[in-house]
Amino acid sequence: MNRFPLWKYALIGFTLVAAFLYALPNFFGQAPAVQVSPVRTLEKADPALLAKMESLLKASSVAYDGMELADNSIKARFASTDLQIKAKDVLENGLGERYTVALNLLPASPAWLSAISALPMNLGLDLRGGVHFLLEVDMKAAQEKAAIRYQNDFRTELRSDKIRYGRISREGDAVTVHFATRDQRDAAINKLGTVFTDLAYTAEDQADAFTLTARLKPEAEKQVQEFALQQNITTLRNRVNELGVAEPVIQQQGANRVVVQLPGVQDTAKAKDILGRTATLEIRMVDELADPLALAQGQAPFGTDIVPTREGTLIAVKKDVVLTGDSITNATPGFDNTSGQAAVHINLDGKGARIFKDVTRENVNKRMAILLIEKGRAEAITAPVIREEIGGGRVQVTGMESAQEASDVALLLRAGALAAPMQIVEERTVGPSMGAENIAKGFNANIWGFIAVVIFITFYYRVFGLFSSIALAINGFFLIALLSLLQATLTLPGMAAIALTLGMAIDANVLINERIREELRNGATPQAAISAGYERAWGTILDANITTLIAGFSLFWLGSGPVRGFAVVLCLGILTSMFSAVTVSRAMANLTYGRQARLAKLSI
Amino acid sequence: MIDFFPFKKTIPFMSWGKVTTAISLLTFLFSVWALWDKGLNLGVDFTGGTVIEVSYEQPADLPAIRGALEKTGLPEVTVQSFGTSRDVLIRLPVRGDTDAAQTSNRVMAALTAADAGVELRRVDFVGPQVGKELYDSGALALLVVTFGIMAYLAIRFEWRFAVAGMLANLHDIVIILGVFAFFQWEFTLTVLAGVLAVLGYSVNESVVIFDRIRENIRKMRGATIPHIIDDAITRTMSRTIITHGSTQIMVLSMLFFGGEALHNFALALTIGIMFGIYSSTLVASPLLLMFGIKREHFIKPVEKKEEAVV
Repeated sequence: MNRFPLWKYALIGFTLVAAFLYALPNFFGQAPAVQVSPVRTLEKADPALLAKMESLLKASSVAYDGMELADNSIKARFASTDLQIKAKDVLENGLGERYTVALNLLPASPAWLSAISALPMNLGLDLRGGVHFLLEVDMKAAQEKAAIRYQNDFRTELRSDKIRYGRISREGDAVTVHFATRDQRDAAINKLGTVFTDLAYTAEDQADAFTLTARLKPEAEKQVQEFALQQNITTLRNRVNELGVAEPVIQQQGANRVVVQLPGVQDTAKAKDILGRTATLEIRMVDELADPLALAQGQAPFGTDIVPTREGTLIAVKKDVVLTGDSITNATPGFDNTSGQAAVHINLDGKGARIFKDVTRENVNKRMAILLIEKGRAEAITAPVIREEIGGGRVQVTGMESAQEASDVALLLRAGALAAPMQIVEERTVGPSMGAENIAKGFNANIWGFIAVVIFITFYYRVFGLFSSIALAINGFFLIALLSLLQATLTLPGMAAIALTLGMAIDANVLINERIREELRNGATPQAAISAGYERAWGTILDANITTLIAGFSLFWLGSGPVRGFAVVLCLGILTSMFSAVTVSRAMANLTYGRQARLAKLSI
Repeated sequence: MIDFFPFKKTIPFMSWGKVTTAISLLTFLFSVWALWDKGLNLGVDFTGGTVIEVSYEQPADLPAIRGALEKTGLPEVTVQSFGTSRDVLIRLPVRGDTDAAQTSNRVMAALTAADAGVELRRVDFVGPQVGKELYDSGALALLVVTFGIMAYLAIRFEWRFAVAGMLANLHDIVIILGVFAFFQWEFTLTVLAGVLAVLGYSVNESVVIFDRIRENIRKMRGATIPHIIDDAITRTMSRTIITHGSTQIMVLSMLFFGGEALHNFALALTIGIMFGIYSSTLVASPLLLMFGIKREHFIKPVEKKEEAVV
């Protein structure tokens, strides 16, 4: 009665081997590496780049343990972190600004394991160090920005159709146009309604004027928000590329949030600075007739805003936006050919170039201001005088204090403007030494706890305790293998969950062993006791685990970040324990006792 | 055979009903008082705010750190040592202004200016909105787990078992929270996860005992209900102690080796396991008696089946 057919042993043996193989890569640790990838997404990492890297490293005699080209980046392994950092410097200097060079960690497991896609688990930020940001996009601002755009477009449309209008005002995301007569208003609604179909118009007859108020339709509003989020994610991706991080995670979370994870980043202040720059860029004309004294008192001429310059003076800029940062395709730091001053060279897209050409032609010898708007505060980076019409979409801006500043401004422009401002609403930073310590602590907690449980159970249940202990160890392998196959991210709470499930998993074996003892006490033969013990305990084991699974699922559903990791490990651990505790330990009992027909005594 | 619990006779747990009810009531009231009077010391996860952990090469000079931070003009900064004398924990309450995320940078700048040997270990910044959401979803998770398990017990057994099991477990949760409130231990997201996990786990205990009670009701035809319950508890006692002992070994290992990050998590689990054993044996079962559980609640369907066979 206690014999498994051969295929059952074979199946169990197969799962054991598979579990062992797929858990194995986690025990090799990780090797320091340097990852090189092109800054621009259009460029490719190719064998030529690989050859160049090899020759650069050889020239400065930095020994490397292999180089591979995959996923549009080249990774080189090194024997030590010293070599890794040395290599990073060499490659950074040798390859120039077109490539980012980032420190990374690669699995140190042998190639044949990687070949069967046995890869180690990813380590969470709390185990490898790094930064986690949750950014929230200001959707109200995104809608207001859309409204501002319509405000400008209305002027152009009405003017081109020669419909006379009065004031165009904006409150939040609603744009209101005033007219002298009802006919003009109705003509305007007709005209605007056919051009801007995303808007809903409401007409109102007031005592002194006829007005129309335009608002985004709900579905258009949703689209504006989606676009804003997508553009911000793209912009963040560009900025992160500039930072040089090996495996950044940039993901949408919910309707208006973005998660940014930067493993291994040590200079968190700089990361926050570059990411948190909620800068948007606008080019507007300067109102030169404004009285500086009135500006100092906060009195802006009609239709203008007061903006401080970098020198600390105040200027008035017109509310009409000539161009926004969306039109900028590239920006590079450099020097002015004639004066040698630090400068930023800006390239505009086709539409931007046309507008820019018209505006500069009409405004020769007037000043235009480039405004950097951060967290609702505008600052004029520079307000140069237009010397001549500028065509071709290539603009040079001088007025930077230093080459460093020029390169900072260029980075900001190049990384693209955000569609709407973002705010960091959550930050989790873990220093690199803390990460390593957390791994050690999580590992120690598991291993010492496991040893203690094994001693306790083997002492108490003897041979059956040994079966239980082996089943428990196998459960650990199953769990690690499963997590590795799923490429789950291991966090410290995840390691705690491994420890906890190992502690709980023994319950199934205790239930079985107690049942066997009871059957023996009631006078059953050893063989019958084993069989009855396993079969009768099964229902209880199932019952007992389901309640924990309910808790695990709820945590996964409602939890976030590390709590989710905890929940995943908890649920998987319960599932693997049901297999290992029941089937694997039964196989051991069957192999040991199953063939002894006259078994007189059990060691339990 | 080693047997820690060679009970030949059934232990009369149910006759201790008055004593155990009194103990439960007292600890429960104490916990409610602690929660009401002191409240939970909620971590930054739930309240929002900034926590910065730094370490120094030499034992940290706390007054000097406080002085350096006062100069930044940040309000209500608390500085305390953490774990060892070289580790320092700095807490700042949540602030309304937009550049709250820059707080940690300002703190680090001030600390580095005062002593270049300072190393940043960890920053947790949670905005007020996120904190509120984490709080809400945590509370919701607690409700979902409670009712999910209750529904399961009701399907699996009978409503009396479900209510008894759940009351026993709520009693556990209130006590865990009460102890955290009384000692003002920090209640974080990880601790909440631990509490919920242990809730699911200690219901196991009730499930195993209830299973036995049901089995005994069918087998021990002549026995009274209290005797049946006593027998069920006595026979599962050994399993209870061994299982929970093993889990507790793992939890103790986390408490000793897991460092500060897992410390409160392990404490919550320890209290949960201890009271889990107590409440499933000595709270849930007397409640069953109180709800007036009868043999007929179980026997009927079995008899019908037998008749059908005959």
